[in-house]
This record gives sequence, structure tokens and C-alpha cells, in this order.
Amino acid sequence: MFELSQDHEDFREVVRDFATQAVEPHVAKWDRAHHFPTELVPQMGGLGLFGLVVPEAYGGSLEDADGGAFTSLCIAIEELGRVDQSIGITLSAGVGLGINPILTYGTDAQKERFLPDLVAGRALAGFGLTEPDAGSDAGATRTKAVLEDGQWVVDGAKAFITNSGTEITSVVTVTARTGTDPEGRAEISAIMIPSGTAGFTVEAPYDKLGWNISDTHGLSFSGCRVPEDHLLGARGHGFRQFLKTLDDGRIAISALALGLITRMREEATAYATSRTAFGRPIGANQGVAFPIADLAVMEENARLVTYRAAWLKDEQEAGRRSVAEVKQAAAVAKLYTSEAAVAATRIATQVFGGNGFMEEYPVARFYRDAKILEIGEGTSEVQRMVIAKGLGLPTA
Amino acid sequence: MNIVVCVKYVPDAQSDRSFRDSDRTVDRDGVDGLLSELDEYAVEEALKIVEAAGEGEVTVLTVGPEAAANAIKKALQMGADRGVHVEDEAIHGSDAAATSLVLAEAVRKATGGTPELVMTGMSSTDGVMGVVPAMLAERLGLPQVTYASELTVGEGTVTIRRDGDTASETIEASLPALVSVTDQINEPRYPSFKGIMAAKKKPVEQWGLADLGIDTSQVGLDAAWTSVVSVTKRPPRAQGQIVADEGDGGSRLAEFLAGQKFI
Ligand SMILES: Cc1cc2nc3c(=O)[nH]c(=O)nc-3n(C[C@H](O)[C@H](O)[C@H](O)COP(=O)(O)OP(=O)(O)OC[C@H]3O[C@@H](n4cnc5c(N)ncnc54)[C@H](O)[C@@H]3O)c2cc1C
Repeated sequence: MFELSQDHEDFREVVRDFATQAVEPHVAKWDRAHHFPTELVPQMGGLGLFGLVVPEAYGGSLEDADGGAFTSLCIAIEELGRVDQSIGITLSAGVGLGINPILTYGTDAQKERFLPDLVAGRALAGFGLTEPDAGSDAGATRTKAVLEDGQWVVDGAKAFITNSGTEITSVVTVTARTGTDPEGRAEISAIMIPSGTAGFTVEAPYDKLGWNISDTHGLSFSGCRVPEDHLLGARGHGFRQFLKTLDDGRIAISALALGLITRMREEATAYATSRTAFGRPIGANQGVAFPIADLAVMEENARLVTYRAAWLKDEQEAGRRSVAEVKQAAAVAKLYTSEAAVAATRIATQVFGGNGFMEEYPVARFYRDAKILEIGEGTSEVQRMVIAKGLGLPTA
Repeated sequence: MNIVVCVKYVPDAQSDRSFRDSDRTVDRDGVDGLLSELDEYAVEEALKIVEAAGEGEVTVLTVGPEAAANAIKKALQMGADRGVHVEDEAIHGSDAAATSLVLAEAVRKATGGTPELVMTGMSSTDGVMGVVPAMLAERLGLPQVTYASELTVGEGTVTIRRDGDTASETIEASLPALVSVTDQINEPRYPSFKGIMAAKKKPVEQWGLADLGIDTSQVGLDAAWTSVVSVTKRPPRAQGQIVADEGDGGSRLAEFLAGQKFI
């Protein structure tokens, strides 16, 4: 009950090999250069990482997974995240925000057009919900799309969109107001904007605190026209659709945080064993050993909430668990692991002393990378709102 | 074309390796093992040949203890079609000559006596002798084209490029043949999720010496032509000297190399 299957562990081993051989040696350099390693994406595609939850018809391996497909994805994200958080989020967002909405809501034609390249890692896709003035309150979306002569004309802007401006980004799906519903509320729909469409500008990359290897851009749309059939899913369902795919994304972020916590435990343990002060290894002092013991506790808890949520998600796919149950577990997992991850980097850098402040050691990079975990895919406050609502507490 | 790739299960080069005190053989217990990295190139090349031809099978063959099944598993995950694992208590301590004997009989049995192409890595990452491919070719009576950094299969022939210090040779041999490949020949793939799942269903034969008609006296430590007399741990590597470049880095490097009589 409390262990993953042998297949999952075999898969973990392969991803770990890939992460340590093909990713680890380069990340410090990429991070310094704020370089997105485009060539790594098809390699990840070759391992099948983008296709774990995708049916065979589009190049994925869903049918091979014995019902544990989402759990496999979490393992891949955890293992990549253990080596570098940006590479982990590239996969997590590539699947959760890029592939998932198309897979879940796309027409056959849309799926056939975009999915095979996305699954193979020949292309990446993004999802633009957040705007400069609409983040946690995503319903406040201002970007609008008007149907004119069989084309959507999109105007507006999106902020902080992952995987939206890489050399191989093929499409970004954005939420936009397409009218007002009978009650006078904004009608929000999702529209697919292929890269290179006239009137679609990818702004210069952000100057970020961390996730320097990950691709993040602001997007702007000015009289940007796409054919009517670029609507993704039902008109007016854009917001609801997005909220649904968010639960998976939160579990994936949880796996990313778990990879980080695991790495901090490993790094801190090794350093506390080899570094000496006052004639003994620093780890011989309880002042150093106890926080490292706490890291092990965080890792264990993070592992349990993450993989329980992943299991629930797989069970829900098989019709054995409810969406509400997954939503609650996803918010709990994301909240706990992301806050534990931030605490874990604080502990690990402290164990490293002055070296912890140096980019020469990976803990410094993880320290910068951890904070976003408490913000992206719903802030900690938003997770608490979701959890409280799930408990049936009154809402404002 | 049907290809047999001989692979070895070796101790992980990343971990601390040691020798058993009792018989000075490599201690394979208690260390993590894996498919020898140099053999991954042979597996990859075999897969490419079969994929390009659109027909044929890749069989991976290993001689080794129970855990060596992991080397076969990895190759099957990469895409090989079937595995053969030769395991026998008596094989422990075998030298290269005896190993090549077991491999040769296993290749014969696996191919019904008529191998088309046998492939190996250029050496193992643990023993690093690099003589097994040549010995195996000799025992099978096959032309041996070793250290291939490029390989092309033609009509009844195989052509390789062998890079030396001063020249690159292009060598052609008639098939059937044995080819050993270097780490320059390709970039081995990582198994895909699909491959991992598919590997579980692929057949692996388990053979002992009796299945190959080999007498236990022909193999093992006692039959070895060579013996390891003593083993000394390599002294820890001394700290390197770092030259900070303050505009004169080049000349200081040259001075250092000259001082060590390298130039
Ligand atoms: C690197 C990076 C990548 C991202 N990738 C994507 C992407 O691919 N696609 C995408 O759509 N978005 C993406 N985002 C956006 C991210 O999801 C949002 O930044 C996040 O949801 C928070 O929204 P905001 O920045 O507008 O903050 P705000 O919503 O303005 O929140 C500011 C603060 O107020 C708090 N707050 C707000 N409302 C409440 C409330 N009712 N009660 C209590 N506290 C509240 C928040 O928790 C937060 O602490 C990304 C962000 C970053 C930094």
C-alpha cells in the first residue's frame, strides 16, 4: 500500500539516469546564462515523458500504464526536479498546461494537429490564464475575443506564461472574454493562438528570482486573428475548463517540490558528514543534525501527500474516486509540499554556511527556485481557500 | 538481420569498487551493478541496424551472476527483442579465455549455429582488457572487425571505420562477422516508458553450462590462464593545481607543462 509498483520504480531509475547524465552537468551553466535548452525537449520526448498521460493514437503510452499514468508523470517531474526545478516545470507545464487542455477539450482535428509534436517533444505549448491584472482572481480576465467574419479577433495581454516563447513553442491557449452571459457575467472561452500568428507578440523574457532555465514571457495580442475553429472546448467554458486541469497541475507542482526537498535532504546530509568544524563533522552537533532530521520528516510527508494525491487522480480517471476528493487532496499536497520546500532550502543553505550562499553549490540555486512553488498554479492563500471551501466552511 | 549483442553486468563505476580478499576477484556483492556503459553503444548500434532494415531481431546475451539479469533488462528496455542469460556457479572467476568459450557456445545455441552478426562493446568498464571480442571471433571462426567508430551493413558485408592515433582505417569484412564498437559510434538512447513496459513481456532464456555442453573444469578460477596475484588500492588523487588567469594564464600553463616535462 505504501510503495510504488516495480514498473514505477523501473521508470524512476531511467528518469534518474537521464537527469543525472543529460541534465545535471549543465544546469549551473544554463542557470547563469538564463538559457532554455531547447535540445533537451525532444530528448525528454524520446523517453516518453510528454506522452505518459496521452493515448497511443497521439504517440503517448497511456494504454501501457496499467492505470498509473499520472503517477508516472509525477515520478518524472520529481526526478527532474531533484536535479533542476526549471527542467521539472518545463515538463510539468508542458503536459499540464500545454498538452492536457488540448487532450481534454480539443476536437479530433485539433488533437491531430498539435498533439503528436507536443508528445514527441518536437514542440511545446503554453496556457495563458494570468494577466497583469488577473492572477488569483482569474475571472477578472480582460483579454477579449470577438468573432468577426469567421475569425476570432483577440486583444489583450497575458503575464508570466510558461513555455510560451521557446523556439519550438507551437501554440498558446489563452482565456478571453467572448461576451457576457444572461446574468451579465463575463463569458470566458479558451482560444488557441499558434506561434507566429500576426498580432501575437511574445515579450522579452522576464528577469526572475529563480527558474532561470524555464521559459516565461508576457504575451500581447493586438488585432490578432485566428480561425473560428481555434476555439478550444465549448464557448463560455474557458474558465471552468481551466480550473479542472488545475488540480492535476497542483499535484505535479507537489511532485516538483518533493524532488527539491529530497535533494536538500541529500545535500545537507552529505555536507554535514564531510564538513568539519571544532574538530568534528558539523553533523555531530544536534544544532545541525536536528534540522536535517526535520528535512527527512518533510520529505516523508511530502512523498505521502504527493503520491496519495497522484493515486487518487489515477483512481478518478478510472471512475473510482470523485473530482472533489482529488481537488482537496491536490490543494493539500501543493500547499504542504511547497511550503516545506521553501523551509527545506532555508535549512539546507544554513547547513552549508557561507558555501550555501555561493552559486558554486546547487543549494543556492534551489534556494532561489523554491519560492515560486508557493505562488504558481495558485498561491498558498488560494490553496487554503480551496481547502476551506472543500471543508464546507462559509465563503465570503 | 539477426544480431547477437554480448553485454556485461559490471559494478557501477561511480561507486567504490573493491576486490574480494579470498580470491582477488572483483567484489560484485553489495555494490550496485549496471549494464556496462561501453556495451550500451553495441546495443544501440544493433537496434539502429535492425530498425533501418525494418526486419530482424536483436538478442542480448550475458554471462554473469543472478543480478546480471539487470543488464539484459536494460537492453530489453532500450528495445532489444530477447535475452539469453548464462548463469552457473562454476563460471565465477573465469578469465577472458573461459568467458569467450561460454559466450561462443551460447551464441551458437542462440543462433542455431549460424550467427549473422555478433556485436560487443570495445571492452568492459570493470576488467578493461578488451580481448574477449577477439577471442570470441576466433572461437566462432568469424572475421573480427574491432573498435568500430562507424558501421555500415551492406550486401553480405560489414564496413567499419577504426580511428587510430595517426589514421582512420576503413575495413570491410564478409558476413557473418563480429564487430566491437567504440563509444564514438552513437549516442545510446534512454529507454522510453513504452520500452520499460514492453520489456516485461520479452522472453529471456536461462542457460547453465550443461545446456551449452561445457564441462565445469573448462571454466572458473581454477581453469584461468592468468591469476591476480595481489591488489593494491590506488592512492587518493592529489589536489590539482589551479592557475588563475591574470592575463598570463597561457604562459603559466606552458611553464607548468614544461616543468613537468610534458612539452
Ligand atoms: C515563473 C512563473 C510562471 C508562471 N506560469 C504561468 C502560466 O504558464 N500560465 C498562467 O496562466 N500563469 C502563470 N503564472 C502566474 C501565476 O499562476 C500567478 O502569478 C499566481 O496565480 C498569482 O497571481 P498574481 O501574480 O496575479 O498574484 P495576486 O493574485 O495579485 O496575489 C497577490 C497576493 O495576494 C494574495 N491574495 C489574492 N487574493 C486573495 C484572497 N482572496 N485572499 C487571500 N489572499 C489573496 C495572493 O495569495 C498573493 O499572496 C506564472 C507565474 C510565475 C511567477
